[in-house]
Amino acid sequence: MSTSPPSHPELRIVPTDAPPDIPARLVDDFTPRLIDVGEHHLCPGCGEPVAMRTILEAVEEVDAVQRAVAVFGVGCYTAFSNNLDVEVLQALHGRAPSVATGLNRVRPEVLIFTIQGDGDLANEGLQEAIHAAARGERITLFMLNNGVFGETGGHMTTTTVLGQRTKTSVGGRDAELHGRPLQVAELLAGIDGSAFVARGAVNNAGNVARTKRMVLRAFETQLSGAGFSFVEILTMCPTGWFVETEEAPDYIDDQLSPVHPLGILKEA
Amino acid sequence: MNAPAPTHRLLEGCEAIAEAMVVAGCRFFAGYPMTPFTEVLEHMSRKLPEVGGVCMNAESEIEAVGMAWGAAAGGVRAATGSTGQGLSLMQESLAELTMARLPLVVLNMARAQGDYFQATRGGGHGDYRHIVVAPADVPEAVQLMQLAFHLAEVWRNPVLFFGDYYLAHTTQSVDVAPVDFGPEPARDWALDGSSGGSGHARLLSPLGDHKQRDDVGYDLSTYFTRVAAAVGTMAATVEPLVEVEACDDAEVVVAAFGSPARYVKAAARDLRAEGHRVGFVRPITLFPFPSAVVAAAAEGARAVAVYENNQGQMIDDVRLAVLGRAPVQFIGGLSLDGSGFGIAPDLDVDVMRARIEDVLA
Amino acid sequence: MSAGAGAGDKVLVRGTVVIDTELCKGCDLCIDACPPRVLVMTEGGVVNGRGYAYPQLLPGCTGCRACSQICPDFVFQVYKYATPIELEVGP
Repeated sequence: MSTSPPSHPELRIVPTDAPPDIPARLVDDFTPRLIDVGEHHLCPGCGEPVAMRTILEAVEEVDAVQRAVAVFGVGCYTAFSNNLDVEVLQALHGRAPSVATGLNRVRPEVLIFTIQGDGDLANEGLQEAIHAAARGERITLFMLNNGVFGETGGHMTTTTVLGQRTKTSVGGRDAELHGRPLQVAELLAGIDGSAFVARGAVNNAGNVARTKRMVLRAFETQLSGAGFSFVEILTMCPTGWFVETEEAPDYIDDQLSPVHPLGILKEA
Repeated sequence: MNAPAPTHRLLEGCEAIAEAMVVAGCRFFAGYPMTPFTEVLEHMSRKLPEVGGVCMNAESEIEAVGMAWGAAAGGVRAATGSTGQGLSLMQESLAELTMARLPLVVLNMARAQGDYFQATRGGGHGDYRHIVVAPADVPEAVQLMQLAFHLAEVWRNPVLFFGDYYLAHTTQSVDVAPVDFGPEPARDWALDGSSGGSGHARLLSPLGDHKQRDDVGYDLSTYFTRVAAAVGTMAATVEPLVEVEACDDAEVVVAAFGSPARYVKAAARDLRAEGHRVGFVRPITLFPFPSAVVAAAAEGARAVAVYENNQGQMIDDVRLAVLGRAPVQFIGGLSLDGSGFGIAPDLDVDVMRARIEDVLA
Repeated sequence: MSAGAGAGDKVLVRGTVVIDTELCKGCDLCIDACPPRVLVMTEGGVVNGRGYAYPQLLPGCTGCRACSQICPDFVFQVYKYATPIELEVGP
């Protein structure tokens, strides 16, 4: 029986404090190889670590561990810049695409990807992303989209949906006052130079698996020289959305993905 | 008359500067057209691919400095630049990549001399310093450009090359031979992906230089203190460069920098030839400022006069150096052509003479 | 769990997990993510050292990795048995 205090006396709890003592195969470790330490101070229920796991697993799966550089923007996810076993180049808010471009031009054999949020990429750095796509720059941009500036406490970005309450749209985003949300994946898909553009989410296991396939396709696009790739990943932010952690996955399905639909928008 | 040595060629300043960059090993350049920087970008666009380098016509100044940041991070000698306004746009990045301790050469092909504060006080936020070199003519520009890359490499710190419109478009005979500065530190901090998976994958960041690998994250206090110490060492160790002439017995010492200094020097020499005890001092590194030499030059003088094509910026550093040994007087001022690019009525030996004579009187 | 299951019923178990309870921040995402619904959060004030309720495992795990893939805090290690076993559900 379980060695932890029984909190469900009516149910049989299976011990989970040690690996199995009958023959078994480890199919998923606590952290992927390329995340050094699992513990972090991001909020309970945050989708960004889930997206980071997906991306770092993909780096391993395309066999690029010793030829990858992650170029970080600035947001909650920047916590991971300090804790990855791939090389990391820290850029400024919005500026990862130009920094990634410079590195790409002098180290074209390296798998170069950015980790940015919606505030970082779509607000501060929109022109950098557009220009990288137009150039067909052989890099991959990842935009972790939670519809808020999370790190500063939950403020409206250009992807915030109508009706979404944030600290700078307290009554809910209003089209008259605040304008309408920008669909970044659609914008970049419409640019000639982009070769692979997709939008995934990490709010349930199925979406995580589909997003992983998008990430792999994006990396393959870069490594094959086909051109610019972009994957937008809708991530949960219960803190920024003023919802319970267990409601955040539904918030993505009900509020965000109707405006920012999931799927592959463009492929070579 | 002797013919010039075969290695000398008649080159316009902007081209000589570009060639000096290539000779110094620069293999990445990014810029955005803006007068009077544009022609440097044009020359680099042509010259860099010839040596296997990359020149990007960036879509904006901020993207230009970003690209240079990324290239430098990859361990390649990189440079960017603009004129003062473009550098204003780049300031956040310039301040932060200094905190990431990246070598980079940054050109300001300035309009007149109003960017002295931007260059030496740092137009960006926070506590950082750039070495600043200010050539007065094309041959000196070629030497200082190569020195700039060397210092940037040795100190892992940006170096600002302070040129101007006049320098860019003056044609002079120059020898763009490579200068050997001796050994430079290995770029063991540069990124190429190869340390991935080792447990010690490299980090290049304005926030820290090694992965904490814990749940706490960056320790900015420790890191900023360490960077400040490195910058302090740099400021104390880099030899300030300065030109001094006839100051030992000078009654009036005139100070100037950059292209206008050539006219000031010519005027000082004319006056000296007529028996006036006029001395001349020209800071070449604006940071570290040659304070000790300026102070020594002012010793025994009745007055120090500062010419600069602005409303008075370098004069602050001169006053600090002179520290009361003699009164410091401003004989400069705004002198512009109609387009504001700095080809000015003041660039005239007679004008400079008159200004100095006023002080002598 | 199936409403009809009672003491003595057996279920096929294809895998199991190791749960690092101290890392958990009580977000509940794993509960809904688990396809056979064999994760339950502790109740009745039972919490880890940081004050969060954490997941416990019921019989029926398939080793599908949904929990480990959805967990933001890297709480789960997932194993697949070489040969599925049978476990009794219920106390």
